Amino acid sequence: MTEIAKDWRNDIYAVFKDLNVTVVSHVPDAGHTPLINLCEKDNEIDVVTLTTEQDGVGLSCGAYAGGKRSALLMQSSGVGNCINALALPNICRVPFLTLVSMRGEWGEFVPWQVPMGLGTPKVLEAMDIKVFRADYKEEVGSTVDAAARFAFNTNRSAAVLLSQKMIGAKQFKNG
Amino acid sequence: MIERRPFVQKILNNRKDNLRVVSGIGTSTWDLMSAGDNEGNFGFIGAMGQSIPFALGLAKAKPNYRILLFTGDGDTLMSLGSIATIANHPVSNLTIIVLDNESYVETGSQPTATAGKTDLELIAKGSGISNSYTVKSENDYQKIMTTVYEEDGPSFIVVKCQAKATPLVFPHSFDGSVSINRFMGSMKS
Repeated sequence: MTEIAKDWRNDIYAVFKDLNVTVVSHVPDAGHTPLINLCEKDNEIDVVTLTTEQDGVGLSCGAYAGGKRSALLMQSSGVGNCINALALPNICRVPFLTLVSMRGEWGEFVPWQVPMGLGTPKVLEAMDIKVFRADYKEEVGSTVDAAARFAFNTNRSAAVLLSQKMIGAKQFKNG
Repeated sequence: MIERRPFVQKILNNRKDNLRVVSGIGTSTWDLMSAGDNEGNFGFIGAMGQSIPFALGLAKAKPNYRILLFTGDGDTLMSLGSIATIANHPVSNLTIIVLDNESYVETGSQPTATAGKTDLELIAKGSGISNSYTVKSENDYQKIMTTVYEEDGPSFIVVKCQAKATPLVFPHSFDGSVSINRFMGSMKS
Protein backbone atom coordinates (compact mmCIF):
# COMPACT_ATOMS: atom_id res chain seq x y z
CA MET A 1 0.00 0.00 0.00
CA THR A 2 1.37 3.40 -0.89
CA GLU A 3 1.67 6.18 1.65
CA ILE A 4 -1.18 8.20 0.15
CA ALA A 5 -3.52 5.23 0.37
CA LYS A 6 -3.19 5.37 4.16
CA ASP A 7 -4.05 9.05 4.32
CA TRP A 8 -7.26 10.00 6.12
CA ARG A 9 -8.29 12.07 3.10
CA ASN A 10 -8.74 8.74 1.32
CA ASP A 11 -11.39 7.90 3.89
CA ILE A 12 -13.25 11.12 3.00
CA TYR A 13 -12.92 10.33 -0.69
CA ALA A 14 -14.35 6.86 -0.03
CA VAL A 15 -17.40 8.48 1.63
CA PHE A 16 -17.85 10.74 -1.41
CA LYS A 17 -17.84 7.70 -3.68
CA ASP A 18 -20.10 5.66 -1.40
CA LEU A 19 -22.70 8.44 -1.11
CA ASN A 20 -22.44 9.63 -4.71
CA VAL A 21 -21.02 13.10 -4.04
CA THR A 22 -20.20 14.33 -7.54
CA VAL A 23 -19.66 18.08 -7.14
CA VAL A 24 -16.81 19.24 -4.90
CA SER A 25 -16.10 22.95 -4.58
CA HIS A 26 -13.33 24.56 -2.60
CA VAL A 27 -11.17 27.49 -1.74
CA PRO A 28 -8.05 25.44 -1.27
CA ASP A 29 -6.36 24.73 2.02
CA ALA A 30 -3.24 22.64 2.48
CA GLY A 31 -5.19 20.33 4.78
CA HIS A 32 -7.59 19.48 1.96
CA THR A 33 -5.03 19.26 -0.84
CA PRO A 34 -4.66 15.44 -0.94
CA LEU A 35 -8.48 15.15 -1.09
CA ILE A 36 -8.75 17.79 -3.83
CA ASN A 37 -6.11 15.89 -5.80
CA LEU A 38 -8.03 12.62 -5.44
CA CYS A 39 -11.25 14.30 -6.60
CA GLU A 40 -9.56 15.95 -9.58
CA LYS A 41 -8.30 12.57 -10.78
CA ASP A 42 -11.86 11.21 -10.69
CA ASN A 43 -13.82 11.80 -13.91
CA GLU A 44 -17.10 11.36 -12.04
CA ILE A 45 -16.39 14.25 -9.66
CA ASP A 46 -16.71 17.84 -10.86
CA VAL A 47 -14.20 19.96 -8.93
CA VAL A 48 -14.85 23.70 -8.86
CA THR A 49 -12.29 26.18 -7.55
CA LEU A 50 -14.12 29.14 -6.03
CA THR A 51 -13.00 32.72 -5.49
CA THR A 52 -14.83 32.92 -2.16
CA GLU A 53 -16.28 30.19 0.03
CA GLN A 54 -19.81 31.59 0.07
CA ASP A 55 -20.19 30.83 -3.63
CA GLY A 56 -19.83 27.16 -2.74
CA VAL A 57 -23.06 27.38 -0.75
CA GLY A 58 -25.03 28.63 -3.76
CA LEU A 59 -23.25 26.20 -6.06
CA SER A 60 -24.13 23.25 -3.81
CA CYS A 61 -27.77 24.33 -3.66
CA GLY A 62 -28.02 24.75 -7.43
CA ALA A 63 -26.42 21.35 -7.97
CA TYR A 64 -28.92 19.83 -5.52
CA ALA A 65 -31.79 21.45 -7.44
CA GLY A 66 -30.38 19.62 -10.45
CA GLY A 67 -30.23 16.32 -8.58
CA LYS A 68 -26.53 16.17 -7.60
CA ARG A 69 -24.89 15.81 -4.22
CA SER A 70 -22.00 18.06 -3.38
CA ALA A 71 -19.51 19.07 -0.71
CA LEU A 72 -17.74 22.35 0.02
CA LEU A 73 -14.15 22.17 1.28
CA MET A 74 -12.73 25.18 3.08
CA GLN A 75 -10.47 26.44 5.82
CA SER A 76 -12.01 27.79 9.02
CA SER A 77 -11.30 31.35 7.88
CA GLY A 78 -13.78 30.77 5.04
CA VAL A 79 -16.67 29.93 7.34
CA GLY A 80 -17.16 33.59 8.18
CA ASN A 81 -17.56 34.40 4.50
CA CYS A 82 -20.51 32.02 4.27
CA ILE A 83 -22.82 33.26 7.00
CA ASN A 84 -25.63 34.95 5.06
CA ALA A 85 -25.35 32.45 2.22
CA LEU A 86 -26.11 29.67 4.71
CA ALA A 87 -29.66 31.02 4.87
CA LEU A 88 -30.19 29.49 1.44
CA PRO A 89 -29.84 25.77 2.33
CA ASN A 90 -31.59 26.47 5.63
CA ILE A 91 -34.77 28.02 4.21
CA CYS A 92 -34.84 25.68 1.19
CA ARG A 93 -34.08 22.54 3.26
CA VAL A 94 -31.24 21.68 0.94
CA PRO A 95 -28.80 19.05 2.22
CA PHE A 96 -25.57 21.02 2.51
CA LEU A 97 -22.28 19.41 3.49
CA THR A 98 -19.05 21.24 4.25
CA LEU A 99 -15.71 19.98 5.49
CA VAL A 100 -13.69 22.58 7.35
CA SER A 101 -9.96 22.31 8.00
CA MET A 102 -9.29 24.11 11.27
CA ARG A 103 -6.72 26.80 11.88
CA GLY A 104 -6.04 28.85 14.95
CA GLU A 105 -6.71 26.17 17.54
CA TRP A 106 -3.74 23.83 18.05
CA GLY A 107 -0.13 24.97 17.82
CA GLU A 108 -1.04 27.79 15.46
CA PHE A 109 1.83 30.00 14.32
CA VAL A 110 -0.18 32.84 12.75
CA PRO A 111 -2.15 34.95 15.24
CA TRP A 112 -4.42 36.26 12.47
CA GLN A 113 -5.91 32.76 12.18
CA VAL A 114 -7.07 32.68 15.79
CA PRO A 115 -10.21 34.90 15.74
CA MET A 116 -12.01 32.95 13.00
CA GLY A 117 -10.70 29.67 14.34
CA LEU A 118 -12.30 30.42 17.70
CA GLY A 119 -15.45 31.68 16.02
CA THR A 120 -15.94 28.83 13.54
CA PRO A 121 -18.04 26.39 15.62
CA LYS A 122 -20.07 29.24 17.15
CA VAL A 123 -20.82 30.81 13.78
CA LEU A 124 -21.88 27.49 12.26
CA GLU A 125 -24.11 26.66 15.21
CA ALA A 126 -25.58 30.15 15.14
CA MET A 127 -26.72 29.41 11.58
CA ASP A 128 -28.32 26.10 12.61
CA ILE A 129 -25.62 23.95 11.08
CA LYS A 130 -25.10 20.56 12.74
CA VAL A 131 -21.42 20.55 13.69
CA PHE A 132 -19.38 17.35 13.77
CA ARG A 133 -15.72 17.19 14.72
CA ALA A 134 -12.85 14.83 13.98
CA ASP A 135 -9.79 15.05 16.23
CA TYR A 136 -8.15 11.77 15.25
CA LYS A 137 -7.33 10.25 11.87
CA GLU A 138 -9.08 7.01 12.74
CA GLU A 139 -12.45 8.76 13.18
CA VAL A 140 -12.44 10.91 10.03
CA GLY A 141 -14.16 8.42 7.76
CA SER A 142 -16.96 7.55 10.17
CA THR A 143 -17.48 11.20 11.13
CA VAL A 144 -17.70 12.44 7.55
CA ASP A 145 -19.98 9.52 6.74
CA ALA A 146 -22.26 10.42 9.66
CA ALA A 147 -22.33 14.11 8.73
CA ALA A 148 -23.03 13.39 5.08
CA ARG A 149 -25.85 11.02 5.93
CA PHE A 150 -27.25 13.56 8.39
CA ALA A 151 -27.29 16.17 5.61
CA PHE A 152 -28.53 14.00 2.76
CA ASN A 153 -31.08 12.00 4.77
CA THR A 154 -32.60 14.84 6.76
CA ASN A 155 -32.24 17.71 4.27
CA ARG A 156 -30.23 19.87 6.63
CA SER A 157 -26.80 21.44 6.77
CA ALA A 158 -23.83 19.67 8.34
CA ALA A 159 -20.21 20.65 8.88
CA VAL A 160 -17.25 18.51 9.86
CA LEU A 161 -14.44 20.36 11.62
CA LEU A 162 -11.15 18.62 10.88
CA SER A 163 -8.98 19.52 13.83
CA GLN A 164 -5.63 21.23 13.54
CA LYS A 165 -4.24 18.68 15.98
CA MET A 166 -4.86 16.03 13.36
CA ILE A 167 -3.88 18.06 10.29
CA GLY A 168 -0.75 19.43 11.93
CA ALA A 169 0.20 23.06 12.48
CA LYS A 170 2.68 24.46 10.03
CA GLN A 171 5.53 26.33 11.71
CA PHE A 172 6.62 29.21 9.49
CA LYS A 173 10.27 30.24 9.08
CA ASN A 174 11.37 33.73 8.18
CA GLY A 175 13.67 33.77 5.15
CA MET B 1 -33.83 52.75 -21.85
CA ILE B 2 -35.63 49.45 -21.65
CA GLU B 3 -38.58 48.96 -19.32
CA ARG B 4 -37.53 45.79 -17.53
CA ARG B 5 -40.79 44.09 -16.60
CA PRO B 6 -42.42 43.95 -20.06
CA PHE B 7 -39.00 43.01 -21.47
CA VAL B 8 -38.68 40.03 -19.11
CA GLN B 9 -42.23 39.01 -19.99
CA LYS B 10 -41.41 39.23 -23.69
CA ILE B 11 -38.33 37.01 -23.30
CA LEU B 12 -40.46 34.41 -21.46
CA ASN B 13 -43.41 34.59 -23.84
CA ASN B 14 -43.97 31.14 -25.41
CA ARG B 15 -41.03 29.75 -23.46
CA LYS B 16 -39.74 26.37 -24.56
CA ASP B 17 -40.05 23.22 -22.46
CA ASN B 18 -36.30 22.93 -21.96
CA LEU B 19 -35.95 26.34 -20.30
CA ARG B 20 -35.54 26.68 -16.54
CA VAL B 21 -35.40 30.15 -15.03
CA VAL B 22 -33.79 31.42 -11.83
CA SER B 23 -34.02 34.96 -10.50
CA GLY B 24 -31.88 36.86 -8.02
CA ILE B 25 -33.05 38.66 -4.90
CA GLY B 26 -35.31 41.65 -5.30
CA THR B 27 -37.03 43.12 -8.30
CA SER B 28 -35.78 40.35 -10.60
CA THR B 29 -37.91 37.81 -8.75
CA TRP B 30 -40.99 40.03 -8.93
CA ASP B 31 -40.29 40.53 -12.65
CA LEU B 32 -40.01 36.79 -13.23
CA MET B 33 -43.23 36.07 -11.35
CA SER B 34 -45.04 38.82 -13.29
CA ALA B 35 -44.58 36.73 -16.43
CA GLY B 36 -46.93 34.11 -14.94
CA ASP B 37 -46.63 31.28 -12.46
CA ASN B 38 -44.49 28.44 -13.81
CA GLU B 39 -43.11 25.37 -12.05
CA GLY B 40 -39.90 25.86 -14.00
CA ASN B 41 -39.08 29.07 -12.11
CA PHE B 42 -37.07 29.46 -8.91
CA GLY B 43 -36.86 32.93 -7.40
CA PHE B 44 -34.48 34.11 -4.67
CA ILE B 45 -36.03 36.30 -1.97
CA GLY B 46 -32.86 36.45 0.12
CA ALA B 47 -29.25 35.21 0.20
CA MET B 48 -28.00 38.15 -1.84
CA GLY B 49 -25.11 37.28 -4.10
CA GLN B 50 -25.97 33.59 -4.33
CA SER B 51 -28.08 33.43 -7.48
CA ILE B 52 -25.08 33.33 -9.85
CA PRO B 53 -23.30 30.39 -8.15
CA PHE B 54 -26.71 28.67 -7.78
CA ALA B 55 -27.29 28.99 -11.52
CA LEU B 56 -23.82 27.55 -12.17
CA GLY B 57 -24.53 24.52 -9.98
CA LEU B 58 -27.88 23.98 -11.66
CA ALA B 59 -26.45 24.33 -15.17
CA LYS B 60 -23.74 21.78 -14.35
CA ALA B 61 -26.24 19.31 -12.96
CA LYS B 62 -28.80 19.72 -15.76
CA PRO B 63 -26.93 19.85 -19.07
CA ASN B 64 -30.06 18.89 -21.00
CA TYR B 65 -31.84 22.09 -19.98
CA ARG B 66 -31.19 25.69 -20.95
CA ILE B 67 -30.68 27.66 -17.75
CA LEU B 68 -31.53 31.37 -17.68
CA LEU B 69 -30.76 33.62 -14.72
CA PHE B 70 -32.36 37.04 -14.40
CA THR B 71 -30.70 39.14 -11.76
CA GLY B 72 -29.91 42.73 -10.91
CA ASP B 73 -26.77 44.82 -10.84
CA GLY B 74 -26.83 44.84 -7.02
CA ASP B 75 -26.91 41.05 -6.72
CA THR B 76 -24.23 40.72 -9.40
CA LEU B 77 -21.91 43.28 -7.82
CA MET B 78 -22.01 41.30 -4.58
CA SER B 79 -20.68 38.20 -6.34
CA LEU B 80 -18.25 39.38 -9.00
CA GLY B 81 -15.87 36.53 -8.23
CA SER B 82 -18.53 34.02 -9.26
CA ILE B 83 -18.26 35.38 -12.81
CA ALA B 84 -14.60 34.37 -12.85
CA THR B 85 -15.57 30.96 -11.48
CA ILE B 86 -18.10 30.45 -14.28
CA ALA B 87 -15.58 31.54 -16.91
CA ASN B 88 -13.09 28.97 -15.69
CA HIS B 89 -15.61 26.16 -15.15
CA PRO B 90 -17.69 26.79 -18.25
CA VAL B 91 -21.17 25.45 -18.84
CA SER B 92 -22.60 25.75 -22.34
CA ASN B 93 -26.26 25.90 -21.26
CA LEU B 94 -26.18 28.98 -19.01
CA THR B 95 -27.23 32.54 -19.83
CA ILE B 96 -27.06 35.31 -17.23
CA ILE B 97 -29.15 38.40 -17.91
CA VAL B 98 -28.33 41.30 -15.62
CA LEU B 99 -31.20 43.77 -15.48
CA ASP B 100 -28.95 46.75 -14.84
CA ASN B 101 -30.91 49.76 -13.60
CA GLU B 102 -27.80 51.23 -11.95
CA SER B 103 -29.74 51.51 -8.73
CA TYR B 104 -30.79 49.79 -5.51
CA VAL B 105 -34.42 50.64 -6.32
CA GLU B 106 -36.05 48.60 -3.54
CA THR B 107 -34.15 50.36 -0.78
CA GLY B 108 -34.62 53.92 -1.97
CA SER B 109 -32.88 54.11 -5.34
CA GLN B 110 -29.35 54.59 -4.12
CA PRO B 111 -26.94 54.42 -7.09
CA THR B 112 -24.93 51.23 -7.60
CA ALA B 113 -21.38 51.10 -8.91
CA THR B 114 -22.73 50.73 -12.45
CA ALA B 115 -24.20 54.24 -12.15
CA GLY B 116 -20.60 55.33 -11.76
CA LYS B 117 -17.52 53.95 -13.46
CA THR B 118 -18.25 50.22 -13.40
CA ASP B 119 -19.13 48.24 -16.55
CA LEU B 120 -20.40 44.72 -15.92
CA GLU B 121 -19.93 43.62 -19.54
CA LEU B 122 -16.24 44.48 -19.29
CA ILE B 123 -15.98 42.69 -15.95
CA ALA B 124 -17.52 39.58 -17.50
CA LYS B 125 -15.24 39.80 -20.54
CA GLY B 126 -12.21 40.42 -18.33
CA SER B 127 -13.24 37.47 -16.19
CA GLY B 128 -13.17 35.30 -19.29
CA ILE B 129 -16.77 35.05 -20.47
CA SER B 130 -16.26 35.96 -24.11
CA ASN B 131 -19.94 35.93 -25.06
CA SER B 132 -20.76 39.08 -23.09
CA TYR B 133 -22.66 42.04 -24.48
CA THR B 134 -24.79 44.99 -23.46
CA VAL B 135 -28.30 45.68 -24.74
CA LYS B 136 -29.79 49.15 -24.64
CA SER B 137 -32.66 48.76 -27.08
CA GLU B 138 -35.61 46.39 -27.21
CA ASN B 139 -34.71 45.86 -30.85
CA ASP B 140 -31.99 43.47 -29.66
CA TYR B 141 -34.64 41.09 -28.31
CA GLN B 142 -34.05 38.46 -31.00
CA LYS B 143 -30.30 38.47 -30.34
CA ILE B 144 -31.02 37.67 -26.69
CA MET B 145 -33.42 34.84 -27.64
CA THR B 146 -30.74 33.27 -29.82
CA THR B 147 -28.27 33.44 -26.95
CA VAL B 148 -30.71 31.96 -24.44
CA TYR B 149 -31.80 28.99 -26.56
CA GLU B 150 -29.07 28.31 -29.09
CA GLU B 151 -25.63 29.72 -28.42
CA ASP B 152 -22.90 27.91 -26.54
CA GLY B 153 -22.54 29.55 -23.18
CA PRO B 154 -21.81 30.66 -20.68
CA SER B 155 -23.26 33.97 -21.85
CA PHE B 156 -23.54 37.22 -19.95
CA ILE B 157 -25.95 39.92 -21.10
CA VAL B 158 -26.27 43.33 -19.50
CA VAL B 159 -29.69 44.87 -20.17
CA LYS B 160 -29.64 48.57 -19.37
CA CYS B 161 -33.06 49.43 -18.03
CA GLN B 162 -35.03 52.15 -16.30
CA ALA B 163 -34.68 52.59 -12.55
CA LYS B 164 -38.35 52.56 -11.79
CA ALA B 165 -40.15 50.97 -8.87
CA THR B 166 -42.67 48.35 -9.99
CA PRO B 167 -45.43 46.50 -8.10
CA LEU B 168 -44.30 43.40 -6.22
CA VAL B 169 -45.51 40.13 -7.75
CA PHE B 170 -45.15 37.34 -5.23
CA PRO B 171 -44.05 33.79 -6.10
CA HIS B 172 -46.17 30.69 -5.56
CA SER B 173 -44.65 30.38 -2.06
CA PHE B 174 -42.26 32.30 0.18
CA ASP B 175 -41.19 29.00 1.74
CA GLY B 176 -37.93 28.07 0.07
CA SER B 177 -38.43 24.35 0.55
CA VAL B 178 -41.80 24.50 -1.22
CA SER B 179 -40.28 26.56 -4.03
CA ILE B 180 -37.24 24.40 -4.63
CA ASN B 181 -39.15 21.12 -4.46
CA ARG B 182 -41.71 22.37 -6.95
CA PHE B 183 -38.89 23.57 -9.20
CA MET B 184 -37.06 20.23 -8.94
CA GLY B 185 -40.28 18.42 -9.80
CA SER B 186 -40.38 20.26 -13.12
CA MET B 187 -37.16 18.58 -14.28
CA LYS B 188 -37.14 14.95 -15.30
CA SER B 189 -33.78 14.27 -16.88
